[in-house]
Amino acid sequence: MKHVLSILVHNQPGVLVRVAGMFSRRGFNIHSLAVGTTYDLESSRITVVVCGDDGILEQVIKQLEKLIEVVAIQILPSESAVRRGMAMIKVNAGGDKRGEVLKLADVFRASVVDVSEHTVTFEITGDEDKINAFADVLAPYKIMELVRTGLVGLARGDNTIHQYERRNFHEQIVL
Amino acid sequence: MKLTGAEVMVQCLTEQGVDTVFGYPGGTILPFYDAMNNSSLRHILTVHEQGAAHAADGYARASGKVGVCIATSGPGATNLVTGLAAAFMDSIPVVAITGQVPTTMIGRDTFQEIDITGITMAITKHNFIVKDVTKLADTIRYAFRIAASGRSGPVLIDVPRDIQTSVVDFEPLAEFEKYSWAVGGEILSKIKTAVQAIQGAARPVIVVGGGAVAADAADEIRALAEKINAPVVSTLMGLGSFSGTHPLFLGLTGMHGCKVANQAVWEADVMIAVGSRFSDRLTGDRDKYVEDKTVIHIDIDPAEIDKNVAAHIGLTGDLKIIVDLLNGQLNDGQRSKWWMRIRECQQDEAVDGDEKQLSPSWVFSHIAEETFGKECIFVTDVGQHQMWAAQNLKIEKPRTWITSGGLGAMGFGLPAAMGAQFAKPDKRVIHFAGDGGFKMTGAELYTIAAHKLPVISVIINNHGLGMIRQLQHVFFDNNYTSCELPPNVDFTVFAAAFGVHAVAVNSAVEFVQAFKQALASNQPAVIVVNISREELVTPMAHPSGAINAFIDM
Repeated sequence: MKHVLSILVHNQPGVLVRVAGMFSRRGFNIHSLAVGTTYDLESSRITVVVCGDDGILEQVIKQLEKLIEVVAIQILPSESAVRRGMAMIKVNAGGDKRGEVLKLADVFRASVVDVSEHTVTFEITGDEDKINAFADVLAPYKIMELVRTGLVGLARGDNTIHQYERRNFHEQIVL
Repeated sequence: MKLTGAEVMVQCLTEQGVDTVFGYPGGTILPFYDAMNNSSLRHILTVHEQGAAHAADGYARASGKVGVCIATSGPGATNLVTGLAAAFMDSIPVVAITGQVPTTMIGRDTFQEIDITGITMAITKHNFIVKDVTKLADTIRYAFRIAASGRSGPVLIDVPRDIQTSVVDFEPLAEFEKYSWAVGGEILSKIKTAVQAIQGAARPVIVVGGGAVAADAADEIRALAEKINAPVVSTLMGLGSFSGTHPLFLGLTGMHGCKVANQAVWEADVMIAVGSRFSDRLTGDRDKYVEDKTVIHIDIDPAEIDKNVAAHIGLTGDLKIIVDLLNGQLNDGQRSKWWMRIRECQQDEAVDGDEKQLSPSWVFSHIAEETFGKECIFVTDVGQHQMWAAQNLKIEKPRTWITSGGLGAMGFGLPAAMGAQFAKPDKRVIHFAGDGGFKMTGAELYTIAAHKLPVISVIINNHGLGMIRQLQHVFFDNNYTSCELPPNVDFTVFAAAFGVHAVAVNSAVEFVQAFKQALASNQPAVIVVNISREELVTPMAHPSGAINAFIDM
């Protein structure tokens, strides 16, 4: 089972290695990972899609909480969070095929970001299933290459990751 | 106050109450050595950086303070790795300071440049590389706080050479903030549930682990055991947190635990685990281990709850406070039926009559008798002798039993013993090693001799790697390989080379004499105890089986 975790971290050199290292060291499987700064220069946000049952999810969270640079962790369940990834797909679609793929792209609300004599490159945003479905329908036209980002997400409504900061594990337990 | 980075490091260590550091110099750490030379810090030069790390670890285990080790960049730093890993696995507070090539040279494969923060990420609680001298002081203070608080552990600070020589404004720390764990709302209701479970228990058992030592919770645990009249068993790391001669104490539990201790765990209906992480060497088959019993798991680290063993009641926080809270709500209990059953098991086990034979168990029993009531610290290496020591010594007090439990690092013993003796000059440190482990770090006798430390080293010499031989005996059909060593090392000559008095013994009578002599003198001593290769550690539960399913050897 896949779980999406959002992790707020102090923006220190090596923090990504520390977080990713914890996953590999303890044998947790990462399905995807996305990292970026936030509007606050001091912190970055890592979104991880991790595979495992609830017990594993609990261990992942507890082990993350032990990392000194981790500020807050939030689970982003599909029912109460918006989760999106982006993909670019280059297909071999010159001549008469081009019209067909453009129509398909329309259905998926994918946009064209590059066109050449033999190729079209699409950009598509959505949850994993949508991207997979789009790739599937493009497959017969021969996908030349595909690149995708890890999922990012935010909880719906008033819920934010900052609500978790007050848990302040380091002062209470780690420190 | 304007100081160089190196002087700031010295100031910060002093600020933290550090008096002794263990280390080995090198090019990139020389500014720090220069500054340290004019300070009150006592630097102990070891033979090898691994020795410095183990010594800092032993110092921390014996004293409860943070141990400090120093090394230069590159090989100096990599030599610390085993020592830091040993401290990490056993949650021992150590701060390691390493030199690094100047910040402008980092990433260019400079002479003696190694990415030590990268290397030690997995074996430290946290680590730092300081690239801005204005952050140096706070980083060191933070490092000590991280090392010593919560579930303690090693922290490494990598300081490039140019940071050590830059000048910075230094402000001494006015007062030291002490962080203490506060009882939260949720825990109180959980404690109530735990109290109910314990109250209703017919066959409770208390398992004490290394966390009990770290939390200084021995008094509270004794009060708990006496109150509910429950048998107490100890993990390898927990020895000393409950008196080894207390009538409620059943002994070591785990793969080489006493039969009665393992049987009590097996038959218990409620298990109270205090500061144990349920290592595989403790539990064997994890599912069978907790079958048909309620597990109350008390630990400082929330991640330990449900990691290896699913706990019915997990109490996270300071063990000392939690056990005390439990004691406050528990009623006295008798449980005479349970004790009748335990005494019955104990009688079944009582055999062993090879008195005055130079068997390993006799050696350790004899040492236990001879040192009873004396202020001693027992330090072991890793292997068969470690198990014999754990089974037969009677460890009375916390921090008087020092062993590499989690990592199981051969070579740990002698340098750790040295560190313990520096921490506790008024106690007598008795170190045990096999001939295999002693060969690994035995050169630290040089440091011991140089400082005239009265460490007694008892080398249980079977001319081989006994635990390897035992495993090959049990699991590889006696196909002995790389475990029987040619008996052509004379350890007494080796010790004599350092000016350490040494004697080899081949009989119980000789041992009695040699040990008495070593104890009476206030000098370092080595006693080589020649034993048979055939000696085995018994009992031995199958590593992946039930803990009362012993292997027939």
